[in-house]
Amino acid sequence: MLELFKLLTKKKESSKDVAKERLKLVLIHDRSNVSPQFLEMVKSEIIKVIQNYMEIDEESLDIQLTRTSSDDGERIVPALVANIPIKSMKNAGR
Amino acid sequence: MGEVIVITSGKGGVGKTTTTANIGTGLAVLGKKVVLVDTDIGLRNLDVVMGLENRIVYDLVDVVEGTCRLKQALIKDKRYEGLYLLPAAQTRDKNAVTPKQMIWLCNELREEFDYILIDCPAGIEQGFKNAIAGADRAIVVTTPEVSAVRDADRIIGLLEAQEIRNPRLIINRVRPDMVKRGDMMSIEDIVDILAIKLIGVVPDDENIIISTNRGEPAVTDNKSLAGQAYRNITRRVMGEDVPLMDLNVPAGLLSKMKKLFGFKSA
Repeated sequence: MLELFKLLTKKKESSKDVAKERLKLVLIHDRSNVSPQFLEMVKSEIIKVIQNYMEIDEESLDIQLTRTSSDDGERIVPALVANIPIKSMKNAGR
Repeated sequence: MGEVIVITSGKGGVGKTTTTANIGTGLAVLGKKVVLVDTDIGLRNLDVVMGLENRIVYDLVDVVEGTCRLKQALIKDKRYEGLYLLPAAQTRDKNAVTPKQMIWLCNELREEFDYILIDCPAGIEQGFKNAIAGADRAIVVTTPEVSAVRDADRIIGLLEAQEIRNPRLIINRVRPDMVKRGDMMSIEDIVDILAIKLIGVVPDDENIIISTNRGEPAVTDNKSLAGQAYRNITRRVMGEDVPLMDLNVPAGLLSKMKKLFGFKSA
């Protein structure tokens, strides 16, 4: 019964989830205290290097500067998060 | 040697002054020697929240400009042994003080007090820079709203840049009923996003308004849930390990009965 209720009410996302998503997005921009041009430069350099070893999907490549807790959980450290979809590995890499 | 703790938030109206007043009073009740410093020059309010507005003679600007001695500007709270207030000037602006002067002031106060609590103004300009200049530690106050959490995140970044490591988070005005039905970000959500350690959660409580009306901090009110939260935070500031209190207990018959039988929510 509870499951059914959940299914019926599921359609509308709760406002807290909306808040969380919006917050996360806005913070990615706030936290990356760097210009878009700088990130573009970093991006193209990374592409250049990786392309020597594998074929990647340049279109859906995503690089962002964000912040995360350090390994000991004591500090907040900046982090470069890159999502690089690989199309295929080049044999030369072996 | 005392410890200087700045209470800050970025966004205005999230409860910095109330938090400063309650933690400060809480520490004094536990026998510590405490001074509360209002750095919100031009918009001072810690004096009224503490109910000490009628006793101001000199203020922070008078002290740094040498118009009076530091001791002359400190207002002794007669209700709590060891509690003092250094009020902000009301007719000046934030530029009347420099970070260098604040560092000097904090060092002077360190000699006399166990805890120096700095009530920081809203914003990230000169007033903020002054407030954090002499601080050893920071407590960041936020509420479960997108705007307040965003500003808290910015403040955390600025504190790190100023080498004030490991700021602690207070989530203020939490409404457990709204969290339960998914209309308010939960404690976990906010801690997850801000990636700093929690020092306390304060439930939304009418008693805060009542206690501010009277100029008596809620931390001394045994019936107030927020007061209990502030008592817990006070002990955590002193380094004690106090578990988070359960906010989900409805303040109805059940909790009254629980209290009657000696189950006190920590």
